[in-house]
Amino acid sequence: MSLTEQQIERYSRHIILESVGGAGQEKLLSSRVLIVGAGGLGAPAALYLAAAGVGTIGLLDGDEVDLTNLQRQIVHHTCDVGRRKIVSAAEKLRAINPDVTVRTYDTWARANNIRDIITEYDFVIDGVDNFAAKFLINDACYFERIPFSHAGILQFEGQLMTVLPGRTACYRCLFRSPPPAGSVPSCGQAGVLGVLPGVVGSLQATEAIKYLLELGDLLTDSLLTYNALKMDFRKIGVGRSPNCPLCGADAEIKELVDAEAVVCDRKGCQCQE
Amino acid sequence: MKLTVNAEEVSLAEELTVSELLVHRNVRMPEMVSVELNGKILPRSEFDSTSVADGDVVEFLYFMGGGCVTDRATN
Repeated sequence: MSLTEQQIERYSRHIILESVGGAGQEKLLSSRVLIVGAGGLGAPAALYLAAAGVGTIGLLDGDEVDLTNLQRQIVHHTCDVGRRKIVSAAEKLRAINPDVTVRTYDTWARANNIRDIITEYDFVIDGVDNFAAKFLINDACYFERIPFSHAGILQFEGQLMTVLPGRTACYRCLFRSPPPAGSVPSCGQAGVLGVLPGVVGSLQATEAIKYLLELGDLLTDSLLTYNALKMDFRKIGVGRSPNCPLCGADAEIKELVDAEAVVCDRKGCQCQE
Repeated sequence: MKLTVNAEEVSLAEELTVSELLVHRNVRMPEMVSVELNGKILPRSEFDSTSVADGDVVEFLYFMGGGCVTDRATN
């Protein structure tokens, strides 16, 4: 692949970066990233990856745009309320950058579809809200050895970790299994500062680009926590757990299963200090 | 005894187990928190039998959901 004159102009601020250059930009254009969840985290990640010229972007979401989404899910506009999220998001990505091929999956991530989908991609962004899907993405990416970025947000806080399955700590190394239904609050119940997923989703996009271009140090074996009120970013070292039920020595998880879908729910939750 | 819990210095008058430390720090649903002790995730089965010591570095890691929240389960 060689860059057209227009592409050289469009991506000039990338190309001028010594560690990216024309070759790096060509690499991005031939890369494929899947974004699971076209919501608060997925929106900024998708917009920046499209702008960056990631050649193929997959969007997986089975939901439609709701008025309450617009406070933070910036890929959707007021006129999109009621439309399929993937349709709304795909439209914006194509408008930002016609170089990008957008593939859409109007469905939820499940044990019977997720592995086939992720194998089409080089990197996966976990932008889902519920823990069943978060564990499913972690497990599927482990079985297929596809690197991914985990992120979570709540109220004024977020967390982020990049996983190179089989090589670095996975989500289950930290959290063995999904929490019981109703035990962790959702943003719908507990609220979230609208800009918070903007920060965290943009960090996920940064990790994707770093992975694709083999730049710098990935956020592996570390959980980055972000507290917007204290404006505090903290990296907590987390090694692989030898007891991990997925990637540990005596792993008991051998195949994907659909856990009970749990969107964390504020009711009864007092898990925060 | 002084230890560091989520980057904050905490003084304890007496020796506590990890389970007791979670109560002491007002973590009201400890089953929702993973605990890292001096860089290693501590198995939940050892919360009762493991005591924290002077100088320990403890991290409480919380479950956090994500981006596209709807009010219903999505799968």
